[in-house]
Amino acid sequence: MARITLENLAHSYLPNPESEDDYALKEMTHVWEDGQAYALLGASGCGKTTLLNIISGLLIPSQGRILFGERDVTDAPTTERNIAQVFQFPVVYDTMSVRENLAFPLKNRGSDPAYIARRVEEIARMIGLEDELRRKARGLTADAKQKISLGRGMVREDVNAILFDEPLTVIDPHMKWALRTQLKSLHRQFGHTMIYVTHDQTEALTFADKVVVMHDGRVVQIGTPEELFETPAHTFVGYFIGSPGMNLLPANIEGNRAYVNGTEIDLGRGYGKPQGKVEIGVRPEYLKLSSKAGLPVNIRRVEDVGRHKIVRAEFFGHDINIVAPEGTEVGADMTKVTFDPARINVYADDWRIAGEAA
Amino acid sequence: MEKTTNQKAWFLVLPVLILVAFSAVIPLMTVVNYSVQDTFGNNVFFWAGLEWFEEMLASERMHSALGRQAIFSAVILAIEVPLGIFVALNMPKRGFWASFCLVVMALPLLIPFNVVGTIWQIFGRLDIGLLGHTLEAIGIDYNYTNDSVDAWITVIVMDVWHWTSLVALLAYAGLQSIPEAYYQAAKIDQASRWSVFRYIELPKMQGVLLIAILLRFMDSFMIYTEPFVVTGGGPGNATTFLSIDLVKMAIGQFDLGPAAAFSIMYFLVIMLISWVFYTVMTTIDKKEMV
Repeated sequence: MARITLENLAHSYLPNPESEDDYALKEMTHVWEDGQAYALLGASGCGKTTLLNIISGLLIPSQGRILFGERDVTDAPTTERNIAQVFQFPVVYDTMSVRENLAFPLKNRGSDPAYIARRVEEIARMIGLEDELRRKARGLTADAKQKISLGRGMVREDVNAILFDEPLTVIDPHMKWALRTQLKSLHRQFGHTMIYVTHDQTEALTFADKVVVMHDGRVVQIGTPEELFETPAHTFVGYFIGSPGMNLLPANIEGNRAYVNGTEIDLGRGYGKPQGKVEIGVRPEYLKLSSKAGLPVNIRRVEDVGRHKIVRAEFFGHDINIVAPEGTEVGADMTKVTFDPARINVYADDWRIAGEAA
Repeated sequence: MEKTTNQKAWFLVLPVLILVAFSAVIPLMTVVNYSVQDTFGNNVFFWAGLEWFEEMLASERMHSALGRQAIFSAVILAIEVPLGIFVALNMPKRGFWASFCLVVMALPLLIPFNVVGTIWQIFGRLDIGLLGHTLEAIGIDYNYTNDSVDAWITVIVMDVWHWTSLVALLAYAGLQSIPEAYYQAAKIDQASRWSVFRYIELPKMQGVLLIAILLRFMDSFMIYTEPFVVTGGGPGNATTFLSIDLVKMAIGQFDLGPAAAFSIMYFLVIMLISWVFYTVMTTIDKKEMV
């Protein structure tokens, strides 16, 4: 096991990348601490899989270095890196039995047969396939196959890291939950570094100690689930995390005041006079509807999702979402909205700027 | 909803029945007709029963032709299948060179059979053939017209040249259907090159290889034109395969009865062996599902 360091890493699938747009992965420097569980979260096509394949050695990056501990493995082939990786779609060796499939990585490394037998039993129990060990892998259902893939990823105990590339996409929802919990307890038990790629925020937030949010080939924020929710560092994080995402309103800012279409909103902190594309972001959870005080809104639609209501409304020509607690009556007179100043984030050109206490 | 029964629907099958009757059943029945009769010309026939079949089954001539045929098919399958797989494994997967290879591979398949025969007939000649003349010049004793081993080698090399492409193209199609993730997973699992072939590539090629083997078996077992053009079945009877012998008997000697009996048995043997191939390979397939 080792700490994984990415140094000035960037990758382009084109042979001669010219502008930054040609890079699938923009230059980054990042350290994956040994033994942590990370989730790599982002929309499809943002470079998550590219990053994963670079770590496992399936791709050689166009520039930069990768270190495992102190050792430079940038050009080392996958076999030398001792990494386990589970792919999005199940990969099983059709002609082998379930047992042979699980034993395959150990066998290739020349492990002791008695150890292999014991370890395979253990893993089979964990993924719930102990009764099917003798069956051929080919006849199994997609989720059983994916469980085999997961099992093969976890069967080696001495790996440097286990990488998961959206491994639960094909699994039934109820099984998803159980397997994710299994992965977590496995992580606690063995302390492998785990990197889990997903585009599902719930999956990311429940699995990981640290969530790495990627957008357009860049890591935009690394943080705990709470940090991502309260202080998104980039408008993408605000919009991508949360359901519905953060409301973003173009604004002019002067000191501790924001003006949205000329209407003043108190920010509680001073931001000077930021230039460029300036927006304020506030989570729907921190907006409050009322009939008396506040700024005027036009309510368009109310969606009751059970735990709370999502109110879709128009605020000076911009669409905003408001989360109203269950039990709130959204009547015709609820035409005012108040902002919680402590919960407003300010963004200039999509990046969050920190305020100073006024 | 109640199902309607309308027996008139059977008429819809009629066109197919007529087509098959004219293209297969009636010609085959003419052969059956010849096989149970004897004639001395003038379109006068006598009933012969199973006499021709008995004669053919006991015939030394048919036995040796069948033996040569079996050896020929076995040899070309043993060469073309592994070679085709090997070629397919080494073909580029995408880009310009992939298309280039595909076109080059397809070329031999597009050449008419008798042209292939002519090409090799000339290629191997000692006086003007590139191959024959070169071999002679470097002191190798090669002459397909009077050495039966040389004739066999020429015919086999010609068939390999003509048909390995078919196996390679089918195997290549099978390989192309393997998702990249399989190779990546194999790398992660630290599988050797041999394991990748044995556990990923070969299982995925199984279906197309079954077709390739069946096609190559049937075609090689019925081979006529190419060896006929190159060696004419000689020297002696060394390369007289079943079809060549059959034509000699039917057209050369005008022994219609024995030739018809021979044809029918020939047809049944090909069907039988193809069926055995198919059954064996699909049962292997089924066993693996369990």
